[in-house]
Amino acid sequence: MGLNLKPTEIPSPFINKPAPDFSAPKLQTPEEKLTPADLKGQVWLFNVWASWCVSCRAEHPVLNQLAQQHAAVIVGLNYKDEPNDAKNWLDTLGNPYNVSIMDQDGRIGIDYGVYGVPETFVIDKKGLIRYKHTGPVTAEDVQQTFLPLIAKLQAEP
Amino acid sequence: MKCLLFIFLLMMSCGGYAVDTYQLSDPKQQESYETLTKELRCLVCQNQTIADSNAELAGDLRRQVYEMLQQGKSREEIVQFMTDRYGDFVLYKPAFKGKTSVLWIAPVVFLLLGLITVFFFIRRKNAVANLHSDADALKIDIEKHKKIRSLLEKGDPS
Repeated sequence: MGLNLKPTEIPSPFINKPAPDFSAPKLQTPEEKLTPADLKGQVWLFNVWASWCVSCRAEHPVLNQLAQQHAAVIVGLNYKDEPNDAKNWLDTLGNPYNVSIMDQDGRIGIDYGVYGVPETFVIDKKGLIRYKHTGPVTAEDVQQTFLPLIAKLQAEP
Repeated sequence: MKCLLFIFLLMMSCGGYAVDTYQLSDPKQQESYETLTKELRCLVCQNQTIADSNAELAGDLRRQVYEMLQQGKSREEIVQFMTDRYGDFVLYKPAFKGKTSVLWIAPVVFLLLGLITVFFFIRRKNAVANLHSDADALKIDIEKHKKIRSLLEKGDPS
């Protein structure tokens, strides 16, 4: 406790609570909307990203690699971004997301308690948030935390 | 001189000014807006309230407070909305409950510990000082006795 804590890591009040609801337009096909209900029965990662976010650039190759393993559905929350900038970013750096949704005014971000991009939530088949990671996910985090947790959640009914 | 200037410039940069202050038509709601934004922490800058900070998130949270007040939400409802999402950390003045009790009680405990230490320290110092003055008094007594004895032995010349 105390000196070993990182003040930038604020404990999330969301653990084991239902993922807050939203209905948001998809980045690639804005006429279609996505809600958390569409993902019921699947383990999914909810990764908050933006083309203006410097740490997201560091995280991106890690997500690309994670996506190739098809361990879980990866949903992107494109946070306070310009759709064209966001699409360019995915075209240039690769698209690890099964789908990205747009949160241009940051309201979904507030509902998820987002305060520092990138952030990543792990949501189970019942729609409960089981883990939250603040800051860029590293290859080490994937091996030590994300993959074991995803395997555990996939085994749950 | 350069160093001073540098420090001065650093101090300048600390003053962030929020640009977009919302105006509510009801003065009571406006008052709530002003107190609430001064009680909620900007989570990006951490040592600023959302009223002080010009970070984007602070702006979004100010908008949220404004909108909720406009919808007629109470202070408690707005604080609940924020802590549901960001935890107790979003409150500059954390609520008194099990998890935060150490925050509130520790200063009092430390103050009492300090006072007790000072009390015993002063008492001990006084005791030592008294001992010294007793010894001094004793020394004078011995010297006086010697003088008296020598005077008596010699006999009073007068």
